[in-house]
Amino acid sequence: MPFSEVDFLQALAAGILVGSAYALMCIGLGIIFGSMNVINFAQGDFLMLGMYAAFYLTAGYGVLAFLGPYAGPIAAAFLAGPVVFALGWVLHRFIVSRVTGAGAAQTVGAGAYGQIIVTLGISLILQNGGLILFGSTPVGVRTPLSRQSWEIGDILLNQARVVSFLVAVTLAAGMYLFLSHTRLGKGLRAAADNPQAAIYMGIEVDRAHRLAWSIGVGITAIAGGLVATFQTFQPYVGFDFVIVMYAGVVLGGLGSNFGAFWGGLLIGIVQQMSTLVLPYQLQNTAIFVVFLLIIFLRPQGIFGRLSERA
Amino acid sequence: MRTRAEANRQRWAILGVAVAVLVLSFVLLKSAYYQLVLTQVLLWAVLSLAWNILCGYSGYFSFGHAGFWGLGAYTVALGMMYFDLSPWISIPFCALVGAAAGAIIGYPTFRLRGHYFALAMLAYPLATLYVFQWLGYQELTLPMKREAPLLYMQFEDPRGYVVLALGLLVVALLISLKVENSRFGMSLMAIKQNEPAAEAAGINTWRWKMLALMLSGALAAVAGGLYAVILLVVTPETVFGMLVSAQALILALFGGVGSLWGPVIGAVVLVPLAEGLNAELGDVLPGIQGVVYGVAIIAIILLAPEGVYWRVLDRFSKRAPAATPPAQMPARATNIAPLPRAPVSTGADLLVLRDIGISFGGLRALDGIDLTLPEGGLYGIIGPNGAGKTTLFNVINGFLASDSGAITFAGEAITGLRPNQVCRRGVGRTFQVVRAFPRMSVLENVIVGAFIRAPTDAVARDMALAALDRVGLVDQAEKIAGGLTTRELRLMELARALVPHPRLMLLDETLAGLGHDDLGGILGVIRQLRAEGITVLIIEHTMHAMVQLVDHFTVLDHGRLIATGRPQDVVRDSRVIEAYLGKKWSDRVAVPAK
Repeated sequence: MPFSEVDFLQALAAGILVGSAYALMCIGLGIIFGSMNVINFAQGDFLMLGMYAAFYLTAGYGVLAFLGPYAGPIAAAFLAGPVVFALGWVLHRFIVSRVTGAGAAQTVGAGAYGQIIVTLGISLILQNGGLILFGSTPVGVRTPLSRQSWEIGDILLNQARVVSFLVAVTLAAGMYLFLSHTRLGKGLRAAADNPQAAIYMGIEVDRAHRLAWSIGVGITAIAGGLVATFQTFQPYVGFDFVIVMYAGVVLGGLGSNFGAFWGGLLIGIVQQMSTLVLPYQLQNTAIFVVFLLIIFLRPQGIFGRLSERA
Repeated sequence: MRTRAEANRQRWAILGVAVAVLVLSFVLLKSAYYQLVLTQVLLWAVLSLAWNILCGYSGYFSFGHAGFWGLGAYTVALGMMYFDLSPWISIPFCALVGAAAGAIIGYPTFRLRGHYFALAMLAYPLATLYVFQWLGYQELTLPMKREAPLLYMQFEDPRGYVVLALGLLVVALLISLKVENSRFGMSLMAIKQNEPAAEAAGINTWRWKMLALMLSGALAAVAGGLYAVILLVVTPETVFGMLVSAQALILALFGGVGSLWGPVIGAVVLVPLAEGLNAELGDVLPGIQGVVYGVAIIAIILLAPEGVYWRVLDRFSKRAPAATPPAQMPARATNIAPLPRAPVSTGADLLVLRDIGISFGGLRALDGIDLTLPEGGLYGIIGPNGAGKTTLFNVINGFLASDSGAITFAGEAITGLRPNQVCRRGVGRTFQVVRAFPRMSVLENVIVGAFIRAPTDAVARDMALAALDRVGLVDQAEKIAGGLTTRELRLMELARALVPHPRLMLLDETLAGLGHDDLGGILGVIRQLRAEGITVLIIEHTMHAMVQLVDHFTVLDHGRLIATGRPQDVVRDSRVIEAYLGKKWSDRVAVPAK
């Protein structure tokens, strides 16, 4: 073996910690895909917005400075959720809903791809609009935790990552309860399974979609706020995460919300473990390879079922 | 498929565009900067045309054409830096690189459909991007060759690049035109509109998709190679990045996807707009280019989703006068020599099924089916819903691979062949729910079926007209299939299946959903098929029509073959009555039969 046992455990631990944030963002994407059957290209850019929201709430404008360097960044990550939720709501109301959901006929030129292409457009605008608004200098949400570690045996656990892990897991559990035990959450899933039937059952599909979309981008934005505490970012950062998210969601099984959680976690582990055998720069290439392998070998994911008929 | 006159008009239009670009470049534009913008317009138009050849025609969307573009750019840059290779050599070589990349990517990726295909295509250039970063090619600058600039495609005068890019654009347009006007393009369009139907009609969908991707990749790589020469600096982000892939598809969608001129229109409008804004405001508003493309694509999807080209075309032609009869109608079908076929009605076994079985999950859909059809008869398959009738057809024509058993057709094993191969060997089929190519004309729908036998596309057209004549649909030939009645659709599908002169026709509920008056015509066509010696196997529910029609019945129930024989015997068989009506009725009938 080209690496020691400690290296292995260290990478595994890092993978689990980072993977939990990935898992949370995957849940966001998974809700959107699961409820709307829409591939959202812009998900990474909503993540980026979450990061910048957290950044401006702490370092930028210092609104949350009174909470101190420990609680402030976490509160900011949480607040990034509603901010991006609201933006998502508006974008869905005026743009996305016109190419998805019940009222939208298939767009002529792009066929079933109309909605992907609209989200691609949103992605380009957010990315480059972000460049205009935020500038291209990498920034980060500074917290003393980023530079401190707990030691367990020989393994170092970055404190910012541990906190992010706890928050992500708690929030993921909350989402699970929301989706499976509340009327609203179940409505979102019904709209996904069969929009037509859901309409007949009195579920307002467009509203359910808007809610799913906004919650989806909001959750991902919170994950972004958490990642921002241990990683620097710039407006193009979303891109690195789009594939992380898609790989996670596809791995878990498109349409399965909690598959998305485990998928995201696994992708985090793959990413961190790949550094044991691959150069650091090829982390993301490893994810792409895993992603392609899943698509080819088990497109229904680990938790999904293949219901397509010949 | 365009007529020859139309194709010629398009060629003149291409020439006109080329002249216009030259006039613009040599007479009107003075500054080197505008020449550069013009070159970019031309190159991006080529990339978008390349994208359109695959995605516009076949409907398989790629979000990863940057992969080919980037490989081209790096081929030229690395070739020049490490092997002192002139772009005059390396740019044509890019075509090989692009085609090879297309083949390597297509081989696994065409197993995917729809969103999965699009996502996989997205992954390739991005994965490659990191690899090139890791290899240390963050920023390659093409060496200046002051001693022999022309030999290395380094022009003092920017108009040199305009001419090169224009040449490439003309080539790309001519290739696209050629594709559109041949069975290549028709096959891709058939794949876009209904892939299983195309496959069942004998189109080798795999081959055409691979060719389209390879051609598309080759063109994109060549354009990327020239781009490297012009910009002189190559970085992974600028050539493999998302914006490149996005631009390829945005230009085509904006201009009009699946059209010859769409990508060009998109490039002419959007590239100068984005470039100009970037030059004016780039310092204050970095990334304004991306915003322009984002806004443009959202606007076009919301306001004119078919793209500028189609929208303008519709506006001017006022929805073109419908259904003009085809210009040269052959005087009856007699001028077409009958194609060589095996001697008719030999009575030898044409189709032999041995022990066919298939399961879906726990459901045993077909179980130990043995069936032998001598050539020349009209055979019926009946059975209650879910008996496995359509599944049996899917196994015979290759849509499904059976778990066990063997199929022999005309003495040759056809087990495990793909549908188009089965079709080539002489098995035509229709579908329970008609699978038309809805946006093609009736004639074009049938032409697609003729390709496997027709040596040239003109012959395919004549064969298709003859087949339409046989089913009595010739006066509808120019109608768009999407607007046909159920009866006309059924007849069209029949014509498409019989145009290559099959030896066996599989008809899946061809009579379903038809009124009494419509039945006659179709029954007549089916009887005529038998008279010509074509063996017919038909699935049907309408027992009444079937008893009149067929020579021989096979009854399926729960995936098993429960009875076979002459119609009048089979309808009295107690197992058949039980399958249809339940135990009670079979008992009641069984007693007086004794």
